[in-house]
Amino acid sequence: MQIDKKAYQKYADARAKKSPCAKNCVCAFLYGGLICTIAQGLKDLYLTFLKEKEAGALVSVTLIFIAALLTGIGIFDRIAKHAGAGTLVPITGFSNAVTSSALDAKGEGFILGVGAKIFTIAGPVILYGVTAGAVYGVVYYIIQLVL
Amino acid sequence: MDVILPYIWAFVVGGLFCVIAQILIDKTKLTPARILVTYVVAGVILGGCGIYKHLIDFAGAGASTPLTGFGYLIAQGVREEVDKIGLLGALTGGIGAAAAGIAAALIFGLLVALCFRDKRKQ
Amino acid sequence: MGSIIRIPKPVYILSAATVAGQHEKNGPLGEYFDIIGDKDDTFGCDTWEKTESEMQRLALSRALNYAALRDTDLEAILAGDLLNQCAGSCYGLVSFDAPFLGLFGACSTAAEALLLSALLCSAHINRCAAVSSSHNASAERQFRYPLEYGGQRAPTAQWTVTGAGAFILTSIQDDLIKSSYSKGAVPTISEVLIGKSLDAGIKDANNMGAAMAPAAADTLLRYFKESSLLPSDFDMILTGDLGFEGSNILCDLTAAKGLDISSVHCDGGLIIYDRTGQDKHAGGSGCGCSAVVLAAQVLRAIRTGQITNMLFVGTGALMNPTVIQQGGTIPGIAHLVRITSDPTS
Repeated sequence: MQIDKKAYQKYADARAKKSPCAKNCVCAFLYGGLICTIAQGLKDLYLTFLKEKEAGALVSVTLIFIAALLTGIGIFDRIAKHAGAGTLVPITGFSNAVTSSALDAKGEGFILGVGAKIFTIAGPVILYGVTAGAVYGVVYYIIQLVL
Repeated sequence: MDVILPYIWAFVVGGLFCVIAQILIDKTKLTPARILVTYVVAGVILGGCGIYKHLIDFAGAGASTPLTGFGYLIAQGVREEVDKIGLLGALTGGIGAAAAGIAAALIFGLLVALCFRDKRKQ
Repeated sequence: MGSIIRIPKPVYILSAATVAGQHEKNGPLGEYFDIIGDKDDTFGCDTWEKTESEMQRLALSRALNYAALRDTDLEAILAGDLLNQCAGSCYGLVSFDAPFLGLFGACSTAAEALLLSALLCSAHINRCAAVSSSHNASAERQFRYPLEYGGQRAPTAQWTVTGAGAFILTSIQDDLIKSSYSKGAVPTISEVLIGKSLDAGIKDANNMGAAMAPAAADTLLRYFKESSLLPSDFDMILTGDLGFEGSNILCDLTAAKGLDISSVHCDGGLIIYDRTGQDKHAGGSGCGCSAVVLAAQVLRAIRTGQITNMLFVGTGALMNPTVIQQGGTIPGIAHLVRITSDPTS
């Protein structure tokens, strides 16, 4: 059977059931907003006994801990199924990516499994974040020299 | 009212960052991984130009919790280190600022892997 | 030389056994599976790969039991699965004392195994086993994301079935007397057609149905063109796991060439789960899907006389995740096995 690939792809794309974008956006907004609000509350709490920078860092650590724990218990993916980008975009998404990779590779041992594969999903964020930062640093340094 | 307003802005701005990503996931062929990389790099760029700081001042955790905030943190760290030690700061500043988050994710990830097992999908 | 291979001497499906997981137990065929796993779908193993191997071992053991045969009575075991290097089959069936042939047909492996088994048994050997399996957890790990990763699934995505099916085939009529399947009509393989792999340019691993449908259409069109039969001559045309999207596309593609299969077409991916009650998006998939649906639904219906003549078209997506990341496409394949309950038809 001969098939016109381009025409078939267009046909398949057109008839494929689309994600319920509106519903997903509402859920993403609510869940994401809630996580950020919790973060805001934690920040205010930590500022009562820590300085600005340390309080900010501790908020991140707290959220990372909660996301890691929920991932281990097996609840995070059930929440994320509804929340979509609402759990993916905040730092909780990063934590879940690291923890789920670690759990997944456990069967292959802690050195060659967990150790080697822990950044399988979260790797790009760190690589390109640090690289972008370094490029910015060079640009900033040059600008400071010139001015 | 003054007390609640920061929370409302955190909710709205944080929610909006998530909505933009959700639209990109549902409507384009971009995978979540590519969208998150874009967010981090955007955070570095906006943090570098000084724009993101205003968003942080306005929305607090609504701007610092999303991955763009992670990028901003990296940019801030790089700037401070370059001011302190010069060009080498471009390398030390980023990871230095993100250290708490990266170390926490690694260590908690390992602890969870020690204590739990992955389960079948529901 | 035609595409349809007539099986010259009757090859009987002596027995079949199915092993399934929790989601499958909760689906429409739940009560018909022979062995159901524990509530975590681990079958007592500490890794998912070992679990899938154990499922294959259990399925073949049970099928041999139903056939009143021992592993040494088999002259070949043909088996395959989705895992790298067919780990489920190679490790799961190593304890059986019988010659072994590993196969890869992605989700069409059950049909491929039955097809090759029928060819072997009709001419060269007497008895063999066809086994295939899939497990949701081991497939997710290998092809997609870690199990606990918080991602959302596309509406066109299919759910890999946790299931293993083993079939014992024989050309010795006397075997039928001892087998528990000898009560009722005996399923017999009368014709087979080997599928051609077809690349329709689909790159979206979340829409396997669209990738496989053209291959299924090609197989069915070739069959009906050559056989001069009509879809209405059959009680059922069962595709393995095209799912919701793929099934509709298949009916469109065949109708465009003048072949209307809609009145007799069913799909394993749509039968195995309850579309309204179980949130499985476009339906079930995997080697285990077609295997367990064939055994638990179709062969049962043949034995009770509800079905006397059907076409089993196992569908597969011959994809490699690395090649997909490199920008490659997903070729599809579909193998056809004609199963009847009257060996003279």
